[in-house]
Amino acid sequence: MFKNIYNWIDERLDVTPIWRDVADHEVPEHVNPAHHFSAFVYCFGGLTFFITVIQILSGMFLTMYYVPDIINAYNSVEYLQTQVAFGQIVRGMHHWGASLVIVMMFLHTMRVFFTGSYKAPREMNWVVGMLIFFVMLGLGLTGYLLPWDNKAYFATKVTMEIANSVPYLGPVLKELMQGGTIVGAQTLTRFFALHVFFLPAVLLTLLVGHFIMIRRQGISGPL
Amino acid sequence: MAHGKNSEEKIVYVGDSRVKKAKGFVVPPDYTAYPGKSEAFIPNFLLKEWMVGVVFLVGFLVLTIAEPAPLGFPANPSATIIPMPDWYFLFLYEYLKLPYASGDYVVLGVIGVTGVAFSALLLAPFLDTGKERRFYRRPITSSLMILSIMAIVYLTNGAWTHYTSEMEKSGQKPEHIQRHEEAEEKRAKGLPTSNAVVTKEVAIVEKEDVAMESYKLAGCITCHAADMKGAAGPSLRGIGDVHDKDAILTIIKEGYNGKMGPQYDNAIAAGLTDQDVDHLAEWLAKQKAE
Repeated sequence: MFKNIYNWIDERLDVTPIWRDVADHEVPEHVNPAHHFSAFVYCFGGLTFFITVIQILSGMFLTMYYVPDIINAYNSVEYLQTQVAFGQIVRGMHHWGASLVIVMMFLHTMRVFFTGSYKAPREMNWVVGMLIFFVMLGLGLTGYLLPWDNKAYFATKVTMEIANSVPYLGPVLKELMQGGTIVGAQTLTRFFALHVFFLPAVLLTLLVGHFIMIRRQGISGPL
Repeated sequence: MAHGKNSEEKIVYVGDSRVKKAKGFVVPPDYTAYPGKSEAFIPNFLLKEWMVGVVFLVGFLVLTIAEPAPLGFPANPSATIIPMPDWYFLFLYEYLKLPYASGDYVVLGVIGVTGVAFSALLLAPFLDTGKERRFYRRPITSSLMILSIMAIVYLTNGAWTHYTSEMEKSGQKPEHIQRHEEAEEKRAKGLPTSNAVVTKEVAIVEKEDVAMESYKLAGCITCHAADMKGAAGPSLRGIGDVHDKDAILTIIKEGYNGKMGPQYDNAIAAGLTDQDVDHLAEWLAKQKAE
């Protein structure tokens, strides 16, 4: 029956070539830990993506309770942490996942760097990967403020001072991020918007580019 | 499709588009070009990878259960807190405190070294253009990266050591631990454990007083609103906590810091007597939060 449904769709949309491009390819021996255990270093990229998916899913569930305003932000996080069934686990996944994704991404970057995999013709994919790294750091920075506790508030004040010390653009940059002259209600809504809409949109776009390039160029050969 | 594969036309287009088919892109080698046993990505390899993923996921969930995500006390701008970014920013934080990266040299710190280092990382493939891929055959590139990693570890450790010693010196505990301990104590006593911010609306004191009528009559409501919550001007609820009667009278007669002009003459013109204004000031001074 599934075969019939697939055929029905395939006749109309011609999905087989898309499937072939996305999924139907071979994994060479030199990146397969089943053949060489040391090839586990090639797993870090996949694990980074896996944690990114966890982050997106847990983040989606967090926004069902989180309220981005200076009074209710803390209250909603506390409620989520202490009252909501499994809220502590979902928030824990998002919190620890944020650190783990940085760790995995760092290991992945080091693997690519030390195996020289960024060399021609894969230069562009390295650049896109570094942009993903910066976007991830931006997500970490903006997400840190959202619980609106003292740690979040004072760390963001320091961030603003650092932004302010950039020559010429500093004060403008600071006010743009802060949404005013102090770290306050505007900063929280702005960071929320960045964390939930702007940066994830950029991240997903870059990820699509990253994956398309891997499929087009293939995995780099053995050393 | 407008053009089949065996088109006899001189110009061949891609699909039904107007994009001319070029032969620029070199298709990467097939995996059969590599020596050894390759394996289908779906389902063979992906299932193995998923098993690694499951083991990882179990460990991850154990972590989230064993160590709940930290939460401190609600943000309070007047609290004394040693600011601390997330751990992966610590190296930058510590670096920007170095003498040649702060103070007079802050431009060098923020743009100079950081900017150059991150740009070099971003553009690594265009700086290291040799054909050689093995790291031990690329001594300059590899040693630069190893040096950077060592610097990051050193700076992160420095920031963390500094933070813990500062915490010890000031006798502070990280707020999420403090909050957790307090919650345990409260729970043992059967008290509510929440630190949620509760905002109470300040009520109007003696709402039935004749001064309320004077307040409306004198035109105060145009800026401070009929419910005294403020509009163009600030809220007057609880104003008695800020100013006493004499101060309020002075403000009515002389204006306030250039934000509000003198209002006494307007009030008299609106039909209030000097006594009414005096009573209004007295009533406003009674507007206290508790």
